[in-house]
Amino acid sequence: MANSEHTRRTFFGITGGAAAMVIVRPANATPAMLQAAIRNVVGEANVRSGKVKLDIPPLVENGNTVPMTVSVTSPMTADEYVKSIHVFNEKNPQPNIGNFYLGPRAGRAQVSTRIRLADSQKVTAIARLSDDTFWSVTADVVVTLAACTEEAI
Amino acid sequence: MRIAACIALLTAMAGAALAAEIPQAERRSGYGFMSADTKAMQDEDTDNPGMLSVLDGETLWKRKAGTADKACADCHHDARLSMKGVAAHYPAFEKALGRPVDLEGRINLCRTNHQQASPFAYESRELLALSAYVAQQSRGVPIAPGDDPELAPFVEKGHALFVQRQGQLNLACANCHDDNWDKKLAGSAITQGQPTGYPLYRLEWQALGSLQRRLRACITGIRAQAYDYGSLELVELELYLMSRARGMPVETPAVRP
Amino acid sequence: MPSALINVPKKAKRGDVIEIKTLMSHIMETGYRHTASGSVVPRDIITSFTCRFNGTEVFRADLFPAIAANPFITFFTTVTESGKFEFEWIGDKGFSETAQASITVE
Ligand code: HEC
Repeated sequence: MANSEHTRRTFFGITGGAAAMVIVRPANATPAMLQAAIRNVVGEANVRSGKVKLDIPPLVENGNTVPMTVSVTSPMTADEYVKSIHVFNEKNPQPNIGNFYLGPRAGRAQVSTRIRLADSQKVTAIARLSDDTFWSVTADVVVTLAACTEEAI
Repeated sequence: MRIAACIALLTAMAGAALAAEIPQAERRSGYGFMSADTKAMQDEDTDNPGMLSVLDGETLWKRKAGTADKACADCHHDARLSMKGVAAHYPAFEKALGRPVDLEGRINLCRTNHQQASPFAYESRELLALSAYVAQQSRGVPIAPGDDPELAPFVEKGHALFVQRQGQLNLACANCHDDNWDKKLAGSAITQGQPTGYPLYRLEWQALGSLQRRLRACITGIRAQAYDYGSLELVELELYLMSRARGMPVETPAVRP
Repeated sequence: MPSALINVPKKAKRGDVIEIKTLMSHIMETGYRHTASGSVVPRDIITSFTCRFNGTEVFRADLFPAIAANPFITFFTTVTESGKFEFEWIGDKGFSETAQASITVE
């Protein structure tokens, strides 16, 4: 499986002050809906980059079925574990892809699924840890469209 | 825009003369053209969405139907034994009809003649599930249709259709699948058009589909009028493709982009 | 008739972390597509997936239209005792399916 490193550009910044919020780098015109969807999950909390790894092919043959694995670095003990993983996209009609609720007994903070990507775009995974901190990673996915001979179907 | 680019590319291909058939040693299943991720989806049964239809087919296999009130299993018993290698020999010559029938057609003959039930519609969930279940019993078996001398004229007709230019783009199947299978079209591999894994799960369809569905999509793609489901032309094309793939292993249920 | 494919190891040692794979047949109609005549094809998706072990929830997911047809979900869990996993998929139009798998812990 192709790896997208956690070092990929993340479009979350952190503003100073108590009421930290998710901001968008000017170069990435992230739709307001995506921000709202993320805010819905993280509330007022900071979202830091790190700890989360998103395995998704950088180039996919068909946007209808894109394999994706999210894993989070965590000891997964009773005191220190991943509560949930939330996956978002930039350009589908709806920004949410899925929410996955784990717990200490998961043993390993990793989920896989297959998703739809309407176009080449960014996919963001955010993890909520047991201390209620949020961590994220973003990957770019290029969707090569299927051959033109498929359109008629 | 994308269509325009495709047409330009295809028209360039159409200009070239038809080359020869693919040498035996160079034949490659569509599997060989796929990304590692898509291959993995086919390789593991528990990851392969086509297996959902196989499971569905296994249930239908045991279900009584029609006025005969008989299940496939009542006559054919354990499909793992009775259906092993069967799909690798289809389309086969059907004496009563004097023409070849494909696996779907064969299953529908059992529906009408032996179960006294109405035939399943092409691409219906049931027909796809049963043909996937039957064909999966041939997984790994080398494809070997067309031995029946009565089939020879139909194989020949299928071949003629394969190399015949048609549609607004004036393209033959062979222009892409014999002559340009090592190239790409709008980012996708062209492939050799080997029928090794049908019915198969296409990511594009997000569903299982038959070889006839795939052929119809290609024919529409070259801007020609697609033959109807179940038409003799489609069965002849299927028969030619299967004889062209002789010796390649059955992969049903395959996964393709 | 929906079918599910579940992959749970039959046996494991106490304390092992096992992977569970699930596939459920479903079209996952997004609700964003139109017919040729322009009317919207109504949304028909699975919205929730839950896995319980001996009655206790061990994993849950909310699904959106961006999940591909025939949802495939894999996750991990620590096995502590022999017992039964129960899987439940709930969705639009009253969709509700369950499946089970047993594990023996040595
Ligand atoms: C009442 C008995 C009966 C039932 C029920 C029946 N079949 Fe058959 N089937 C036959 C017979 C007999 C043949 C041999 C060809 C013929 O005479 O029609 C056959 C042939 C076949 C073949 C071709 C085998 C080969 O080697 O070419 C397939 C595939 C098949 N059946 C599938 C099915 C499926 C799927 C069902 C259920 C939907 C089914 N059959 C139900 C009697 C039955």
